[in-house]
Amino acid sequence: MAKTHVTTTINGEPVEFLCDANQTMLDVLRDQLGLTGSKEGCGSGDCGACSITIDDRLVCSCLMLAPEAEGHSIQTIEGMAQGDKLHPLQKKFVELAALQCGICTPGFLVASKALLDRNPNPTETEVRYWLAGNLCRCTGYDKIIRAVMDVAADMQKEAAR
Amino acid sequence: MSSQRYKWIGTRPDRPDGADKVTGRARFGADFNMPGQLIGKVLRSPHAHALIKSIDTSAAEALPGVKSVVTAKDFPDQPNVIVPTGEMQVNLRDITRNVMAREKALYEGHPVAAVAATTEAVARQALALIKVDYEVLPHVIDVDAAMKDDAPVLHDHLITEGVKPVPEKASNIAKRMDNVKGDVEAGFKLAEVVIERSYTTQAVHQGYIEPHATLASAAEDGQVQIWSTTQGHFQVRGFCSRLLNIEASQIRVTPSEIGGGFGGKTVVYLEPVAVRLSQKTGKPVKMVMTREEVFRASGPAPGGTVKVKLGARKDGRIVAAECTVALQAGAFPGSPLGPACWTSFACYDIDNIKVVGFDVVSNRPKVAAYRAPGAPISAWGVESTLDILAQELGIDPIDLRLKNAAKKGTKTSYGPTFDTIGFVETLEAVKNSAHYKTPVKKGFTRGVAAGFWFNVGADSSAAAHVAEDGTVTVISGNPDIGGSRASLALMAAEELGVDYDKVRPVIADTSSIGFNFVTGGSRVTFATGLAVVNSVKDMVRELKVRAAKTWKVDPEAVVWENGMARPAGSNVGEFEPLSLAQLAATAGRTGGPINGHAQLNAQGAGPGFGVHVVDLAVDRDTGIVTIDRYTAAQDVGTAIHPSYVEGQLQGGAVQGIGWALNEEYIYNAKGRLDNAGFLDYRMPVASDLPMIETILVEVPNPHHPYGVRGVGEVPIVPPLAAVGNAVARATGVRMTDLPLSPPRLSAALDAVTPRMAAE
Repeated sequence: MAKTHVTTTINGEPVEFLCDANQTMLDVLRDQLGLTGSKEGCGSGDCGACSITIDDRLVCSCLMLAPEAEGHSIQTIEGMAQGDKLHPLQKKFVELAALQCGICTPGFLVASKALLDRNPNPTETEVRYWLAGNLCRCTGYDKIIRAVMDVAADMQKEAAR
Repeated sequence: MSSQRYKWIGTRPDRPDGADKVTGRARFGADFNMPGQLIGKVLRSPHAHALIKSIDTSAAEALPGVKSVVTAKDFPDQPNVIVPTGEMQVNLRDITRNVMAREKALYEGHPVAAVAATTEAVARQALALIKVDYEVLPHVIDVDAAMKDDAPVLHDHLITEGVKPVPEKASNIAKRMDNVKGDVEAGFKLAEVVIERSYTTQAVHQGYIEPHATLASAAEDGQVQIWSTTQGHFQVRGFCSRLLNIEASQIRVTPSEIGGGFGGKTVVYLEPVAVRLSQKTGKPVKMVMTREEVFRASGPAPGGTVKVKLGARKDGRIVAAECTVALQAGAFPGSPLGPACWTSFACYDIDNIKVVGFDVVSNRPKVAAYRAPGAPISAWGVESTLDILAQELGIDPIDLRLKNAAKKGTKTSYGPTFDTIGFVETLEAVKNSAHYKTPVKKGFTRGVAAGFWFNVGADSSAAAHVAEDGTVTVISGNPDIGGSRASLALMAAEELGVDYDKVRPVIADTSSIGFNFVTGGSRVTFATGLAVVNSVKDMVRELKVRAAKTWKVDPEAVVWENGMARPAGSNVGEFEPLSLAQLAATAGRTGGPINGHAQLNAQGAGPGFGVHVVDLAVDRDTGIVTIDRYTAAQDVGTAIHPSYVEGQLQGGAVQGIGWALNEEYIYNAKGRLDNAGFLDYRMPVASDLPMIETILVEVPNPHHPYGVRGVGEVPIVPPLAAVGNAVARATGVRMTDLPLSPPRLSAALDAVTPRMAAE
């Protein structure tokens, strides 16, 4: 079967790749493009460890076919820090110990950023429901929710200045 | 608070691997690749119990891109020998059969063959071409059924251990364990109230988000390299060495970052297969499980049955206690029966105790350790029964536990007498907590339960090196599963008297540091922490020698304070203190590199006790339980990095909540698992939960220089009964079978008060 040629943008950079029609975006990211920050926890869209955004829409990359990336803009965990500066969410996750093993962390960060991009001042309930598609087995979610709420509060203070 | 004596211990700095783990840079099991690698996949039995009459791999081998197919005949058979691993004992004969089925497939998902091919797609195609001729046998899934005389027997050679006279016939009961203190019969005669109940729990999975993954490369000269996600790379080395007859020193295992384990990554599944495939093909072989394979074929925690009988005086004093536990071992013997029995009444000072346990095989995947293995199951029975007793006697559940609490000097039913422990302090902390003092909200009820775990010491090695600029590397050999790099670096910084960020903790592979037992048993911060502290002490001894040489005085005339060598007194002479950097800069002239080493078998792991409180509501129509408030209190010894200690309490509590409310292995009539995925195996998600409040009670362990006790395991023990007790108080119905899932709970409520009548 002939490969599909895909032209897309990943973390702001133009990218081209060849893939099989049935290959997932996650497999292409990890196995062909070397972007192993997105993790496969289930392969069925239940754990959120492979979360990426496509044109700012949050998706599980294990449920997206790679050819669907054609002409779109994809953001992964690798594109979250700017140069040598961590994103405030990344900094806060470390500061508040919002990770233990760290396998779910890239997915939580991508999903949390997608939340704050559209709702900069969420309630705890909104954060909990938005992140209900991301499984963490280590933390009991407490410190993750606190980190996201804290960053949102910092952003509000920043905006008020 | 004890930690105020310290500069670094008790602070909350960023973890050393933080940046790597929030940027995607950290490399986990499936993130390792080698040029020219093949992909390995496993063919698994679709049957719960079947004879393997023959396996024809010829069609698979003929498929272009397939480089090798292995079956049991590619693995040497092993003797019936028990060796320790993780927190369990394993039998080599069994483990080689669990890695690759030999005579029989013993559970759905049991590996029967494996393929290495150029791509995953080809490997999958090849699996479909392997022809296995099975003779399907009757199967048995449940423990009670497996213990019956007419049950299908899994192993013809399995004679029950611990029974006199020795049975003549093979059965599924691998072992009976008896654990007696005092005289229960005499004790029950003193009782004014006797409560007796039976309980069940279902198998639950550890649920780590990262599936098992490994990459093995065997070279033509016999040397083997393995990269693996594991809680114990020395165990991986040991198993591969024994199962494949390779000298241990020829195998070098590098642990990846580990995406959760909770006990489930203390054994091997893929590694020996990947090594064998690599040996046969001369290429590196990468193997990664799917989530479905993780559920079907990697160790869940056992389900079991627990019978509890408590006898008490009217004032609440327990005079006799009896517990019978039967645990699923899975397809091979070796459930965490000992811990389930020994922990059952460990929280309490009771004169007369009798515990009987049974280890039972059935056609399920072989169980593996899961956080305080066995303890949550017996605690579910014991702590529920205690709650009934509290209700019957009209005593506050905390007061009832205080009245019977184990303390220093209490002799346990399994032998040891407790040294300094903090159960009473923990109960009192809960009693005085804001949560417990606040009346329960209208529509909600409160449940309380306690839990115990021994904590483990065991073997650790560590080294400390000073770099030429005076900064320090500490090297140990336990995968960091939840922030242990931070706690080890904090202890090293404290001991050395330098800043935390001058110490870099590194986790070495099996060839670069001495043996370390697994990351498990809540042992790393305690035992490996002790090794790190001792390696720093060894380095400080050397630093003093170097300062003495520089000053031309006796080493005894030098002291080490705040990261500097100083003269011990004015009689030694007038010398400016020498810093680490100064001593490092002149090391070449004073004796060469400055290093420290330590190796030990850590004794005196202080046991831990937890008390949890939950406020919840039950929706009468749907059976859905809503948790409003949750507090986990625990005697944590000294909290080295309090954020990660809190995290252990919070994470353990939520795993326990999942165990209580939703998680279970569901089998169909054919003995196949019906819910092998995260959609149907329902683990807690963020929207199910409130914040988890924590109370860290610091009663230092006298057997550790900084008072460390393990903390990771205790917090999964109390939640099952805490939730169950609150549900019982909410509904008036005492649920004895876990999980308290919506269908089960609403059915139980309907049975007592038909919904029509209630309305």
